[in-house]
Amino acid sequence: MADIAQQLQDRVLAARDQGQKLNIVGGGSKSFLGRQMAVATTNLHVGEHRGIVEYHPVELVLTVRAGTPLTEIEATLAEQGQGLHFEPPRLGASDTIGGTLACNLSGPARPWSGSVRDQVLGVRLINGKGEHLKFGGQVMKNVAGFDVSRLQAGAMGTLGVLTEISLKVMPQPAATLTLVQDMAPDQVVAYMNARAAEPKPLSGACWRDGKVYLRLSGARSAVEATAEKWTGTVMDGDDGFWRQLRDQQLGFFAGDDPLWRFSVRSTATLPPLEGDWLIDWAGAQRWYRGAADTPQLEQIARDAGGQVSLFRGGDRRGEVMHHQPDALAALQKRLKHSFDPDGLFNPGRLYSWL
Amino acid sequence: MTDRPHVGAADLAARFREFIDPEFVISDAETMKPYECDGMSMYCEMPMLVVLPETVAQVQRVMRICHQHQVPVVARGAGTGLSAGAMPHADGVVLSLAKFNRILDIDPLARTARLQPGVRNLAISEAAAEFGLYYGPDPSSQIACTIGGNVAENSGGVHCLKYGLTVHNLLRVEMITVEGERVVLGSEGLDVCGMDLLALATGSEGLLGVVTEVTVKLLPTPERAQVVMAGFDSVQKAGDAVGGIIAHGIIPGGLEMMDGHAIVAADDFAQAGYPRDAKALLLCEVDGTAEEVQEHIEQAEALFRELGATSVCTSKNEAERALLWKGRKSAFPAVGRISPDYYCMDGTIPRRQLAHVLTEMEAMSEQFGLRVANVFHAGDGNLHPLILFDANVPGEFERTEAFGTAILRLCVEVGGCITGEHGVGVEKIRQMAYQFSDAELAQFHDLKAAFDPQGILNPGKGVPSLRFCQEYRALDDKPHSSHPAKEARHG
Repeated sequence: MADIAQQLQDRVLAARDQGQKLNIVGGGSKSFLGRQMAVATTNLHVGEHRGIVEYHPVELVLTVRAGTPLTEIEATLAEQGQGLHFEPPRLGASDTIGGTLACNLSGPARPWSGSVRDQVLGVRLINGKGEHLKFGGQVMKNVAGFDVSRLQAGAMGTLGVLTEISLKVMPQPAATLTLVQDMAPDQVVAYMNARAAEPKPLSGACWRDGKVYLRLSGARSAVEATAEKWTGTVMDGDDGFWRQLRDQQLGFFAGDDPLWRFSVRSTATLPPLEGDWLIDWAGAQRWYRGAADTPQLEQIARDAGGQVSLFRGGDRRGEVMHHQPDALAALQKRLKHSFDPDGLFNPGRLYSWL
Repeated sequence: MTDRPHVGAADLAARFREFIDPEFVISDAETMKPYECDGMSMYCEMPMLVVLPETVAQVQRVMRICHQHQVPVVARGAGTGLSAGAMPHADGVVLSLAKFNRILDIDPLARTARLQPGVRNLAISEAAAEFGLYYGPDPSSQIACTIGGNVAENSGGVHCLKYGLTVHNLLRVEMITVEGERVVLGSEGLDVCGMDLLALATGSEGLLGVVTEVTVKLLPTPERAQVVMAGFDSVQKAGDAVGGIIAHGIIPGGLEMMDGHAIVAADDFAQAGYPRDAKALLLCEVDGTAEEVQEHIEQAEALFRELGATSVCTSKNEAERALLWKGRKSAFPAVGRISPDYYCMDGTIPRRQLAHVLTEMEAMSEQFGLRVANVFHAGDGNLHPLILFDANVPGEFERTEAFGTAILRLCVEVGGCITGEHGVGVEKIRQMAYQFSDAELAQFHDLKAAFDPQGILNPGKGVPSLRFCQEYRALDDKPHSSHPAKEARHG
């Protein structure tokens, strides 16, 4: 529960003076994500910079230090009947909110409740000049200045050291239940999208092993009435299923085969591939296990209006994120330079050229 | 800006007329006159040229030529903005996207709409209605404002608490860079790899690029929506009732508050049946499935009574619901009837500070000798104080601006911000110095330079120069100070 922002700032300034490169580490649960950095780096531990700075349940706003573990945040919110509606995944024992934002990770409710990026209201960060800066704020609506807070989502720490994050939080739904039924893979994408187009309290839509799982959350009367109207059997122990899906603990995610993540148009039909599939986000996120070559998968993703990344395993010295066109690569290099002119932070973690 | 290489209007117009219908390369003062300002008509400037391209390729060529000659470019949608973000530059080109007004595609199953930037906000929902879908963000200007402008300003509306701002409802944007290159931000999927450039571009007020295509998410139209109207004899009680609803776990589709002045003005205008003796009025709209709305409406009515409402009434049908909203939606023109002019502010505050801020505002109203009426997006803390003034009275607009500045300063002091949805533009560039430090503003300038090193895109908007900030802060220690930005522009 300490504020070590000053120490972090000093460490950044010292690294700059000494020509060191820094590997930013929160809880260390996501060290497998992104590329293996080719240059020698020193770890910059943010995990001790933790604790809730401000929380006003009635404002639906929480401000926390970036190293605060998700478990601590969710326990605090639960006492007030609130939660993080983007359902941050636990990829280890020690996930922090800072790492969650830097990697832009969100769980099964993402298409309906938004992503971590959507809930961010403001951040404080230390840039590569060692300046501790504040962007955004603690209010829902704020259009003063560029949206530097949301720019951090997915940047994987390449722009600065996140020290503090303000988030929108929401009341927990009064009731939740899951409907499960058998469905063939060639029917399920159209089915999930058709359900998502109805004005019903859908909050999860996943397909795995020939079964489709639809989760309903909201007012009890709405959840029960919808469950009565839609087909499928009410599932026992569904909370465990969605948690395992969120945290990649289902059997599908076990083992060492490369795990690819497709983020595509929810209605897209993907061509058959040798490996195994799991469909989430009503079709907008598809997980693939199997050997494949990157250009082939990138072409499939492009044809489906989206992108693919090598989430876990495989060769992590090559590029693991979807190829960026030259103009966007150039923009991101210049942006990186504007925040981190000496290239201190996470060099090559996101892309080899960044 | 004085070191820009000079290129004459006639030369530039001739270059544009090589590839754009000459009729839509406008250089005469009379035809350019409507472009001299946006919805913030206190700030005017005549541009060098106005150009209305019809294709993306033409926009790219305009950008390349302007980039080559370092001519400022101000992109413009419908010109409904309320921060002078589309005010022309005297030595620059106004690039109107008015001809890009086609809905390119609606995908009812994927629930998306692909749009040219000049499509009107309301036209999206109208076109999606046949599929049982609509577009979430609904700024008050939605009849006229365009989706391209919504992206530039990250526009909100009355449904933000539940359905988010523009940034939450976008999937993909095509943008032309200052060099004339076409880039795609976002995708048809929900997340992309790398930095979130789509979020960065949203709300960037035309400083980073020119938007030429937008793909938005569409939402299923709720089965039912009902409004509970509650009157209170104090603003404090109404504010507590807002907190009470949210603490109860209900997230209303819309939650609006009006103060006594606004209630009377709006009711005179719309005959909405508002409780005219109330000091504060809440409009709480609940939407969702029929069962959910029933459940939440009953809870809201009971809660409001419990929390001291002096009157509670619920819309029984669509006509009643429309009438209750009509009063709120016409609050601005309604206030316009009781005063020759009004000036609309746009600060956001943490909701718990509402009573304090309104009390302070009453005191300021006396101090500045100007009346103020308040409408408030209570759900998300976005205040719209309307300062009433008469522009024909010498010095009154200057006093109004000083009053407005004091309000925004108060918003920042209580933990809020200077603009919730109208943008900084020219109008609030001075108050940026309250919300951001010099180092933060310098970071904004560096970020801007990553996109536009020569500062051609919408120069003089959004982020103040550090030199001006220091002057502003010094001047603000003196009461009723003059305005350096204006002097700089005209001097």
